[in-house]
Amino acid sequence: MTAAVFFGCAFIAFGPALALYIFTIATDPLRIIFLIVGAFFWLISLLLSSLVWFVARAITDNRDGPIEKYLLIFGVLVSVLIQEMFRFAYYRLLKKANEGLKTINPDEPAPSMRLLAYVSGLGFGIMSGVFSFVNTLSDSLGPGTVGIHGDSPYFFLNSAFMTQVIILLHMFWGIIFFDGCEKKNWYPLLAVILTHLLVSALTFLNPQYEISLVSAYMIMVLTGIWAFFVAGGSRRSLKRYLLCQDKNFLLYSQRSR
Amino acid sequence: MLTFMASDSEEDACNERTSLMSAESPVPRSCQEGRQGPEDGEDAAQWRSQGREEGQEEDPDRYVCSGVPGRLPGLEEELTLKYGAKHVIMLFVPVTLCMVVVVATIKSVRFYTEKNGQLIYTPFTEDTPSVGQRLLNSVLNTLIMLSVIVVMTIFLVVLYKYRCYKFIHGWLIMSSLMLLFLFTYIYLGEVLKTYNVAMDYPTLFLVVWNFGAVGMVCIHWKGPLVLQQAYLIMISALMALVFIKYLPEWSAWVILGAISVYDLMAVLCPKGPLRMLVETAQERNEPIFPALIYSSAMVWTVGMAKPDPSSQGALQLPYDPEMEEDSCDSLGESSYPEVLEPPLPGSPGEELEEEEERGVKLGLGDFIFYSVLVGKAAATGSGDWNTTLACFVAILIGLCLTLLLLAVFKKALPALPISIAFGLIFYFSTDNLVRPFMDTLASHQLHI
Repeated sequence: MTAAVFFGCAFIAFGPALALYIFTIATDPLRIIFLIVGAFFWLISLLLSSLVWFVARAITDNRDGPIEKYLLIFGVLVSVLIQEMFRFAYYRLLKKANEGLKTINPDEPAPSMRLLAYVSGLGFGIMSGVFSFVNTLSDSLGPGTVGIHGDSPYFFLNSAFMTQVIILLHMFWGIIFFDGCEKKNWYPLLAVILTHLLVSALTFLNPQYEISLVSAYMIMVLTGIWAFFVAGGSRRSLKRYLLCQDKNFLLYSQRSR
Repeated sequence: MLTFMASDSEEDACNERTSLMSAESPVPRSCQEGRQGPEDGEDAAQWRSQGREEGQEEDPDRYVCSGVPGRLPGLEEELTLKYGAKHVIMLFVPVTLCMVVVVATIKSVRFYTEKNGQLIYTPFTEDTPSVGQRLLNSVLNTLIMLSVIVVMTIFLVVLYKYRCYKFIHGWLIMSSLMLLFLFTYIYLGEVLKTYNVAMDYPTLFLVVWNFGAVGMVCIHWKGPLVLQQAYLIMISALMALVFIKYLPEWSAWVILGAISVYDLMAVLCPKGPLRMLVETAQERNEPIFPALIYSSAMVWTVGMAKPDPSSQGALQLPYDPEMEEDSCDSLGESSYPEVLEPPLPGSPGEELEEEEERGVKLGLGDFIFYSVLVGKAAATGSGDWNTTLACFVAILIGLCLTLLLLAVFKKALPALPISIAFGLIFYFSTDNLVRPFMDTLASHQLHI
């Protein structure tokens, strides 16, 4: 395990998130704050789910064997549910904060709910990705041979790709979730929870990476397309963007430069 | 301690001294009583009226005054929250940098995690056979450390009250000399040892001399603001590293908790030493004590917009507040009245380009203790990065909340309690609950 593995996996896992951060969030201090608060909410949800898992393990007296695996599965599912609960809680907090922001700053437009959905999703995703992958990354700097005992030699690569997918998925889920909450439509929320459960459940199939990773990417692409349409995009706007005919976008990018 | 950039008290009539004071504390303009609109620079329009009424709190530290004389009231409202968020980021960046330096050093240089004796402030050892004994020893260590800090703070307050400015000045110079030369030399030596780089004494002397001398000049006299901020961050990091190395484990955690409680009491209680310090500085209309304070203010110029002769829109030259530092959390303050450039009278009716930046101030002690918390989280235990990151996020959120409270209450607030409380909660819960969970998940390659 070399520096190449370290840097490669680090950039695979965190590259898109870093790019999104630099280009969209780092410019506005308010967005940075909302990102960090989102990360904090995810952290609290993780804390609660670890507590649940810990208590469950303590109740079953720490026995080894298959029960450990079942407890872990139980822990993962509970964790997914708690994460989505905290996403909803963050939505409520942002709604209140938005109203506060509007009364404080009547002239300046408060950040729209869509923007906050994106920022919060990204915050959740970044924290989730960092927590799952950072320890593995730091181990990859040390000595060792991957898979020497017969495990898959693609451990690091798989974890890196999976982390990337999870980060992007959290972002899309955030957009869809908040939109569903805004329109009081409960089906998107259900869909988000179910896809999250599905993606986590697919990871139970590791180390058969083909199934879990490929399906996760397919789900990510589908969720991404759904989020794109939810956020107000359309085929026409995409075409105009790609052919550089979108006047609004061109003007906007000129101004912000 | 967290304060906004000073503005003048709203009761003080505008005179030259107050203009000087506001020039010195890098607030672009002073608020004059009777001045209408551009009074609010606070973070929320609704707190504006509140702020005006509580003008008797004439601590120049505590108010934010924005805006230029003559700016329309409506225009200022839109600045309020934006500046609020901007202040938060202006503090996030240095706090993050300090923590990054400390964590990077802890993770790479072995010296700061080796047990090599203890400070005389913590005489009781923690190598005891029983848990109860260890706990007792750490509590005793905390009591001793805390009483040393309290005594030194009270001593400083007494010195300040009796105007022994030279003594305070000398003390602060001695401690910054020690930090900038001795501790830097040790740090550099250990880093070179870790990376096995050969260095000869003449080069080392040159490097340390330059570093230290420029640091003394920047901190105690004048210098570019960014350089000053960088030096303050570095000495906070060095001090935090010393604490991390020499404080035994359990004592460190108990001390962190006790210091937060002390900070809360010292800043908020009417007879608290820090509060008395601030009030004394206020009474004498002296500039805010610049010692031990990191200021995020940027260079500013204030244009005179009103042809009002009593308006203070004097052109203020760029001024960097002097910073001094101490080796302790106790906020020493600068004793001597600041040397100030007299404000140049702008011609009436002339509207100059105004570029105003307000800032927030954070005490260096807060930097130090935040970094101690995160550094200890990085140093102890299994070298887990999750714990470090959780503490980092918790501290940032605590800082955010404190700044929110600062915007609401508009008086000097203790910056330690909320952040340290969050940090401690997250350290212990992440280390004991989250770590096994995430490790088990990572080993089975499950993702949540």
